[in-house]
Amino acid sequence: MATIYIDNKPYEVKDGRNLLEVCLQLGIDLPYFCWHPALGSVGACRQCAIKSFKDENDTKGRLVMSCMEPVKDNIRISVNDKDAVHFREQVIGWLMTNHPHDCAVCDEGGACHLQDMTVMTGHSYRNYRFTKRTYRNQYLGPFLNHEMNRCIQCYRCVRFYKDYAGGKDLNVFAAHHHVYFGREKDGKLESEFSGNLAEVCPTGVFTDKTLQSHYTRKWDMDYAPSVCQGCSLGCNIVAGERYGSLRQITNRYNGEVNGYFLCDRGRYGYEFVNSVHRIREPAIRPHLNGTSSKEHIIRHVAAKLKEGKVIGIGSPRASLESNFALRQLVGEKHFYNGMSDADHDHTALALKILRDGPVPPAALHEVEKADMILILGEDVTNTAPMLALAVRQAVRQRPMQDAMREIHLSAWQDAAVREAMQEEKGPLFILNTFPTKLDELATRVQRDAPENLIRIAFQVSHSLDAAIPEVPDLGEVEQMLVNQITDALLAAQRPLIISGYGSGYDAFMKAAANISGALQKKGKQPMLNLTVPECNSLGLEMLGGHRLDSAFDVLLHGDAETVIVLENDLYRRADKHKIEAMFRYAKEVILIDHLYNQTAEKASVLLPAGTFAESDGTIVNNEGRAQRYYQVYVPKGSVQESWRWCLEIAQAAGIHRLNGLRHLDDIVWAMSIAVPALEPVQRLAPHADFRIAGQKIPREPHRYSGRTAIDANKNVSEPKPPDDPDTPFSFTMEGFRGEPPAPLIPFFWAPGWNSVQSINKFQSEIGGHLHGGDPGKRLLEGNRNGEITYFLEAPEAYVPIPGHVHIIPVYHIFGSEELSMHTPAIAQQAPDFFCIYMNPEDLHQWGITPGMWVNFELEGHAYVMAAMPNNWLPKGIAAINAGLPQSPVVDLPQFIRMGGDAVSDNIHSSTF
Amino acid sequence: MFSLIRSMWLVFLHMFHKRETYQYPEQKAPLPARWRGRIALTRDPDGGERCVGCYLCAAACPVDCIALQATEAPDGRRYPSFFRINFSRCIFCGFCEEACPTYAIQLLPDFEIAEYDRQNLVYEKEDLLINSQGKYPGYNYYKVAGMSISGKDKGEAAKEDQPVDVKSLLP
Repeated sequence: MATIYIDNKPYEVKDGRNLLEVCLQLGIDLPYFCWHPALGSVGACRQCAIKSFKDENDTKGRLVMSCMEPVKDNIRISVNDKDAVHFREQVIGWLMTNHPHDCAVCDEGGACHLQDMTVMTGHSYRNYRFTKRTYRNQYLGPFLNHEMNRCIQCYRCVRFYKDYAGGKDLNVFAAHHHVYFGREKDGKLESEFSGNLAEVCPTGVFTDKTLQSHYTRKWDMDYAPSVCQGCSLGCNIVAGERYGSLRQITNRYNGEVNGYFLCDRGRYGYEFVNSVHRIREPAIRPHLNGTSSKEHIIRHVAAKLKEGKVIGIGSPRASLESNFALRQLVGEKHFYNGMSDADHDHTALALKILRDGPVPPAALHEVEKADMILILGEDVTNTAPMLALAVRQAVRQRPMQDAMREIHLSAWQDAAVREAMQEEKGPLFILNTFPTKLDELATRVQRDAPENLIRIAFQVSHSLDAAIPEVPDLGEVEQMLVNQITDALLAAQRPLIISGYGSGYDAFMKAAANISGALQKKGKQPMLNLTVPECNSLGLEMLGGHRLDSAFDVLLHGDAETVIVLENDLYRRADKHKIEAMFRYAKEVILIDHLYNQTAEKASVLLPAGTFAESDGTIVNNEGRAQRYYQVYVPKGSVQESWRWCLEIAQAAGIHRLNGLRHLDDIVWAMSIAVPALEPVQRLAPHADFRIAGQKIPREPHRYSGRTAIDANKNVSEPKPPDDPDTPFSFTMEGFRGEPPAPLIPFFWAPGWNSVQSINKFQSEIGGHLHGGDPGKRLLEGNRNGEITYFLEAPEAYVPIPGHVHIIPVYHIFGSEELSMHTPAIAQQAPDFFCIYMNPEDLHQWGITPGMWVNFELEGHAYVMAAMPNNWLPKGIAAINAGLPQSPVVDLPQFIRMGGDAVSDNIHSSTF
Repeated sequence: MFSLIRSMWLVFLHMFHKRETYQYPEQKAPLPARWRGRIALTRDPDGGERCVGCYLCAAACPVDCIALQATEAPDGRRYPSFFRINFSRCIFCGFCEEACPTYAIQLLPDFEIAEYDRQNLVYEKEDLLINSQGKYPGYNYYKVAGMSISGKDKGEAAKEDQPVDVKSLLP
């Protein structure tokens, strides 16, 4: 700790920080542009000038840039000094000389750091009377708008895009007073993290293009804290609504999870909420006399329940509460977890490793601090994008520590540290069949058939702990790689092993568990991060439920007649023919979902469920962190939470297991009693009766507009605003205006700080935790003192099977996730669903012309796909883009038999 | 007694004064140009809608009686896809006019908007948009703002240089 004097007042502050951070942390409003808590300081904008004094007798002082000055004991500075104030006003005057006078048509307006800083410095009149510099804009793809005239040359965009996120195609061009931030030519920004530019840019050069299509100012939206449903990482988001449609997703800072950034799938994948394919009203088939009332349909479902022979199929994309409500509705014995069998196996294994193994799961924030990383069979950029961003920070750890030690720099001195590091990277080893975007950072990359890669990983664990049997017949090159990885693992303080579901081979996870366990035994502090398929896969696995396969059997044997499907498109979970057979045997299919999909087509009863924006719920991310998302707005029609549908049905059917439960807190309480492992969910966030000064927390900012005009076209008398019995939030602008507890921050705003930069005011330390701790509770902490059980069986070396091809899945950030594909901007970037990638030698062997249609057989069904050559695939292995909506092959990985006539030009398969 | 007679005399004299009472509605009161009455949306000198849908009027409105939705036309101009004022709530404070950066929303010297049915006081865009520049003739927002629209490229607004050639390194 150090004592510093700001305007002659002493403050105790932490060493190693810069003065700007310290001032902001102390609540002093000091304007800045180029500094960003995650990007560090470069001292480019000259906006954060303060006066620094030699000693208490020094009255003259000197101007310094606070972001470039480290904290020193007994340093005397002044923020309010006349010269400093005047200097800051002048600087912003210069920055504004070319600003284009277009706040009215700028999407940043109202959430603009430049506006805030201009007001903060008191620069109110333009003194510059000459002409303004102008630029031409570029087309940057479907995610971002570009308006270069607004630029103030702070360099934050390229520093984030290139230095932080590893992008290649955004750069700074030209020189002196007309530098230009853009691409070499028009085109989509290639980085998966490009959407963050809208938040990183302090003004309106980069703005959210999907927001523009239904533009709303920040002050006009209803907000609620939410959690991204795009992948298993569970990044925290703020969702904003206006006029009954979801308008924007922005980052919600969580020091443990996503920090300041989001990936593009998370930021833009929200448009399914506004889709025309939404189910808005309950329906029943065959419907005889017009639309049936909700009560009638609930009575109908309740009658079916009373008849018995009902099973429930849950969903990894539904909340814990909804899955639990369904489980209680049909009874634990009749609850099936609704994951594909491969996903279920992976998730169950991940849960077993993380719960019973000695190594606790690593949060994203911890991943960033790892000094050695081993990635086993996972393309994290596509399966868990933010994890890739964290890995990109982690590879800087080792050289950064060296640089800091050698030339006595602090980590925040960004330009100097990068200069000292040059291209140095910390150890990163990637074992993956395909090239990944992280390969460019890797110390060594090994590409081979998955079995062979797993063998290498097992051998690494063997060389760490002889209790794990040696892998026989490993090649010399492989053994050298094993030695190199082992040395790097042993040299590291905090090594991290990443694996997951992406390869389709669970042995990768077993090897990861072995390696981390062996390291733990050696007294190291290893970390483990295992990706799982969906946003609540791990939560559902903790809740339990039978395999989906056994649900088919039960229906087939007539032990069940009615199926209640919860937020699940079963056609994504198993082979189409299997699902179709199942629907043939089921007398009644009751679907509770929000989108009209293939399963809805077969359902006899449809009940409209709320999406994440229209319901309250809890999901568990891949590190076992339970996180709550809150309802943003009251939807149109009869849409309500899935668990509420279950409760209503239970009430009508008189199911005692759900007796007396009415609200979110009730159901969470019942769940934590039924499943003790989920007990911490109860303590996630304040309950619905939580009040501050007797008031609820408003979802709307205090300057929310149009309250008496929004619905005036329907009825000039304003209706009573809806109640929210489930949460401490109100659906109005009335309520407590101060800072709510961290899990209940609906949006970031502070007086004078309208932009996202206001996060400063909510953190206990800049870049650290939110006041009162970050939201979310970890359910898994590993079994540190338990006995380490290893997985002993390494697979045999890979040998192609004659006449067969093994298909493995390839995941894509844009395309493999079900819901985000309803965003047109994401759908247009998805890969082709009809492609099968094969080794060119295989193509030659089967006599297939590249690009031609190929017939193959899978469990007795014929499929046709276009064969594309891919040199990375070993012989006998093919790959298919996984998870695409039209994708005919769902069960992956899978063996296929090549059809007798490989090439066919008449396509008459039922799959098309 | 005297005061009584004096009062009657003064009243009598008033018969010869100029009348202050207007015979409304037959006779209209002359209203000053800056009278804050009915709200209208005005147009540019070239006939385009002035409103760009910036939401500042709605934010400034103390009774929150303005609701709109901004959208962008293919030619790059922004406009409100709907614009609703609930005159049964409006207090004619004129804050919206003050907030408007494009002189689009203007309060006119017209107060005759009484209705029997309150619902009829909800004005939509077609009721609000007039074919006039109102009090600020000649002002055209897009001629000042740096955003390009069709017919006005980058560098063609007031006090703008031609767009920078980013490939040039000359000073």
